[in-house]
Amino acid sequence: MAKVISFLTATRGKGRLHWTDWVSYTYLAVGIFLMFGPVIWLVLSSFKTQNELDRFPPRFLPYAQETVELDGFDDPLIVFTVSEASESELAGETVAQTRRAAGRAEVVRLDDPDTRVRLPAVDLQAIESVSFATENYTQLFERFNFLRFLWNSTFITVTATLLMLLVNSMAAFALSKYEFRGRTTVLLLVIGTLMIPQTVVLVPLFLIVTELGMFNSLWGVIIPGAATPTGVFLLRQYMITIPDEILDAARMDKASEWKIFWRIIVPLSAPAIAVLAILAIMWRWNDFLWPLIVLTRTENFTLQLALNSFQGELQTDWASLLAMTVLTLLPIAAVFMFLQKYIATGIASTGGK
Amino acid sequence: MLQVISPIMRVIEIPMLALQRMLGINKLAWVFLFPNLLLFGLFAFLPVILNVVYATTGGDNVLLADRPYVGPRNFATLIDCSNYLDPNSCREDKFWRAVWNTSWFVTLQVGMMVAFSLLTAVILNGEIRARGFFRSVFFFPVLLSPVVVALIWKWILQREGVLNAFLDWTGIGGFNWLVDAQWAFGWSVFISVWAHMGFYTLILLAGLQAIPRDVYDAATMDRASPWRTFRRITLPLLAPTMLVVLVLALIKGVQTFDEIYAFTGGGPGTATTFIIQYIYEEGFAGAPRLFGLAAAASLLVALVLILLTLVQLWANRKNANG
Repeated sequence: MAKVISFLTATRGKGRLHWTDWVSYTYLAVGIFLMFGPVIWLVLSSFKTQNELDRFPPRFLPYAQETVELDGFDDPLIVFTVSEASESELAGETVAQTRRAAGRAEVVRLDDPDTRVRLPAVDLQAIESVSFATENYTQLFERFNFLRFLWNSTFITVTATLLMLLVNSMAAFALSKYEFRGRTTVLLLVIGTLMIPQTVVLVPLFLIVTELGMFNSLWGVIIPGAATPTGVFLLRQYMITIPDEILDAARMDKASEWKIFWRIIVPLSAPAIAVLAILAIMWRWNDFLWPLIVLTRTENFTLQLALNSFQGELQTDWASLLAMTVLTLLPIAAVFMFLQKYIATGIASTGGK
Repeated sequence: MLQVISPIMRVIEIPMLALQRMLGINKLAWVFLFPNLLLFGLFAFLPVILNVVYATTGGDNVLLADRPYVGPRNFATLIDCSNYLDPNSCREDKFWRAVWNTSWFVTLQVGMMVAFSLLTAVILNGEIRARGFFRSVFFFPVLLSPVVVALIWKWILQREGVLNAFLDWTGIGGFNWLVDAQWAFGWSVFISVWAHMGFYTLILLAGLQAIPRDVYDAATMDRASPWRTFRRITLPLLAPTMLVVLVLALIKGVQTFDEIYAFTGGGPGTATTFIIQYIYEEGFAGAPRLFGLAAAASLLVALVLILLTLVQLWANRKNANG
């Protein structure tokens, strides 16, 4: 314990905590609560049964009523204890409820399922234990076309990322390793596209994608975003630092330009490519507005679209909605946990999208 | 993965080698640039031109040949207003509501964003333990998808949600947050700051770490108070980074759509309808589909964004030059 306290109260430089340190740590503690709290609450809630979700005020952990399967009954019965104060002969015993109506309940003993006893419902106390309702997750696969949405999202993310890496690294290679007339013009053009975010060209983009026959097709989401100014700049900045001598040596050995690109430049730019890949995965997985316009049929929905459209339809079915939200968040959370260092440097160096 | 890609690359090499023989090495650069430039042309530059065509034609047909030329009428419709401060007096009242909502939203959101990111970055830059951990605590919501962010908070804020349970417990009493126009707007600002401040914190933190240590050592020698050190050293030296953050936040703020659309659907009424949602609804969600109006509105937004981007490029340059 003393060790913990000394760990918590130690500072790097000075011996004692200054008041500003207290302010800092208080701020950070509030920060943890505000940032993590909502997500933890989401995950815990996603494991609650619909009954438990409807409960107000809510409880922190997911509880479920204990049930039992008895001979002669199709559905599992909810188990109760009859309170000691009950006037019924069953006072203090554990029973299973077979029916409940108008404030009265019909129950049976667990070892005697044939003798039904009626008593006031208020005498019954539910037996509850912490239990994770994993059926919220499993029923997603049964009730919705969940695998389809997952596949759509994965296909778009993987294909778009690979395509973007290839196209952008080719352009970056040309702009960093060749001297040709018009290079400055091309660079200015690339900067120019920075000023044309998708949000301001939605209407004509929709026409072009429709004319190319990509409306309601996953390719309509993949292809328009495959060339990004951010990607070209990020990779070009890195490729410039690769010494030209390596290229010259390869040319002496009669390597073709494509081979130089593929066998030398791409492997040497791996760190920059990795950063761009992570960013691309993030953008594509979370993409919303453009898929919303291009993909209008349910079977083409990505997870994000499915989630958004279900929140309208399933206003009351929070159990499915929350489980689906968690599954949508999971891949990104996994990427973040393993690669957070690269994500931070990547975002700091590109200034976002 | 590599087993799949390598053969593809070898196949591409055959035409590339032929092109190399034909064009020579330096002109091959254009071949490498081609796919990227084609995509930029088709999906960025061509749309800009077509946007002008759409904005000056009417009707609800998406095919250009079937759209009658109407000149600046779409723009006239958008700005037809007897009093710009009162959307009810405008012909396209929804547009002006969206404009005003967006203006308020951007002002509040960017203000709070910069303030909180700066505060967080300064604290994270101090002598604290587990800095990496705390940095990721503030950063991770940046990675969440807009729909997920919206649902997380909807679940907390709903009538029988955990926030209302807490307020009931303290005796203040719960409230139906997203049904009230002002609260819905306030929470929209809040969740948008919640989701994105980590990104700006990261940039500001990098800016803070670039300030040389010895400047602070000198200030300590002179017995400057922390507040004075912050105001006289940190703020001026951080100004270029602050400018970058400010402009970036403005550019993104103007384009706010996803989270809020999933969060409130633009409501209650039009209380949280922003300009991109207006464009989306006029062009794609409503009937008839008023592409002309949507395109005209996009051009107005584009104008604002181009100005902001030029400032951003200038700020980046200034930042890079120190």
